Amino acid sequence: MVGDAISHAVLPGIVVAYFFSGDKTSGLLLFGATLTGVIASAIIDFLSRKAKIQGDASIGITYTLLFALGMIMIASGGGNNVDLDMNCVLYGDIATINLDKVIVDGNLYIGPYAFYVELVAFFIILIVLLVGFKGFKLISFNEDFAKSLGINTGIWHYLMMGLVALTTVVGFEVVGAVLVVGFLIIPPATAQLIVNQLKNMLIVAVAFGVGAVIIGFYVASWFNVSYTGGMILVAGINFFIVLFLSNFSKKLKLKA
Amino acid sequence: MKEQCSIEVHNLTTTYGNTPVLWDVDFELPSGQIIGIIGPNGSGKTTLLKTIMGLLSPASGYVKIFDKNIDQMRERIAYVPQRESVDWDFPASVFDVVKMGRYRSNNLFRRSTKTDLAIVEESIEKVGLSDFRNRQISQLSGGQQQRVFIARALAQKADIYLMDEPFVGVDAATENAILSLLQEMKKDGKTVLMIHHDLQTVSDYFDYLVLLNTRLIAKGTPQEVLTEENLSNAYGGQLTLLAKVANLIKENEFPIRERDVDL
Ligand SMILES: Nc1ncnc2c1ncn2[C@@H]1O[C@H](COP(=O)(O)OP(=O)(O)O)[C@@H](O)[C@H]1O
Ligand SMILES: [Mg+2]
Repeated sequence: MVGDAISHAVLPGIVVAYFFSGDKTSGLLLFGATLTGVIASAIIDFLSRKAKIQGDASIGITYTLLFALGMIMIASGGGNNVDLDMNCVLYGDIATINLDKVIVDGNLYIGPYAFYVELVAFFIILIVLLVGFKGFKLISFNEDFAKSLGINTGIWHYLMMGLVALTTVVGFEVVGAVLVVGFLIIPPATAQLIVNQLKNMLIVAVAFGVGAVIIGFYVASWFNVSYTGGMILVAGINFFIVLFLSNFSKKLKLKA
Repeated sequence: MKEQCSIEVHNLTTTYGNTPVLWDVDFELPSGQIIGIIGPNGSGKTTLLKTIMGLLSPASGYVKIFDKNIDQMRERIAYVPQRESVDWDFPASVFDVVKMGRYRSNNLFRRSTKTDLAIVEESIEKVGLSDFRNRQISQLSGGQQQRVFIARALAQKADIYLMDEPFVGVDAATENAILSLLQEMKKDGKTVLMIHHDLQTVSDYFDYLVLLNTRLIAKGTPQEVLTEENLSNAYGGQLTLLAKVANLIKENEFPIRERDVDL
């Protein structure tokens, strides 16, 4: 659950960056948050490896502490011009996302700001993954073996944590700190049930993710409920359907 | 023999937190032999292999591989971790995993070469998994998964092979197949250092033994190591097991290579 931890732990980074930049759309914000995410994973790492605290406890300690720090910072800065509020942090502001418009030539509206931020993040992640695919594959399957080959697993570990932090930060502005974890985990977990290659898992996970967002959006508009809630609900239902079907087909194979 | 000593472990102490798991362990291993590490559960066998590989750093002492530091010797030493140490549900095929044996810190950003792929095929063939090369690793038996790990090590084309309990969860036929593979490697001058848990087969399998229980209890040929005194020092209270082995040794005298299987 490192993703969960990071999504909460980035809060102080966002707040600090926000104080300095004074606006919600600055690149500094992203940078600050990503940096805090990486620091959080370093603290978790330190607690579990060096101080020998249990893994779950290390994560729990780190993210609640950093999250609390962020909450206090928001509360104490709340009197000023800071319009970062807890609701928005926890649940995102997808419903009001159109308020941050990108307008070119004075009046041509080309979509919400968050969309472009996500797009840039997408390409960064895609490029890093393409270039570093072998390394990520190796350390996620068998880190000790990677070390035995003399590969610097620390660098790969932090690179991966950096990507998780980046994903969390750009997602979190839109869907909030709680449910961003669902977007991070549910689509790949669903994909893993039916693929047998890492490459395919990445592609199928993206497809499931996008599918859940689109279907979830329309379901939520129809019932007039939270968009994010609808999306995660669709992703979760999809997970259980795939789980059921893949178990069912395995049983068929065994009988045949 | 160009290199007499494959691995030198000098006054090695490794701790987890403040608990020493290896205490002042000191030995030199011959090269070109099949060497066994034995000792009760929790006696530090896995820790010893990890310290030799530099995955754990010792509290004191050092390890030399062919008289050099491990980091200069990574090309020549292959590590087979305990099978349970990885998640076999990971989305990868047999071929994918064995290919990792060709990964190096300086080729991670390149495509595998033709030579690499040929070596991977050859290694899969050697462990008899050619028919399974595209099979997802979660759909293999325990013995087949173990062979995938061994094939990955073979693909490294090393001179020394460290294996952590490669016979756990492996059926008798596979165990024999792996064993003859090891004999073949030995003929090619390779050194194999393997953790083994089955005392009844040690004198058959190994040329040299290291008996461990946090401290080094004994080292040498099976005849030298498998004495009643050494075994009781290492295994302490586990008397039934001990009696069995002692009897076995007495009945057969050494060498017991030709013994029947009526244990
Ligand atoms: N990561 C770890 N943290 C703390 N203690 C450990 C760890 N790994 C192993 N140990 C302890 O070290 C001792 C030796 O373990 P190990 O080397 O795995 O023994 P063996 O392989 O001989 O069964 C055991 O008592 C075990 O509980
Ligand atoms: Mg062990």
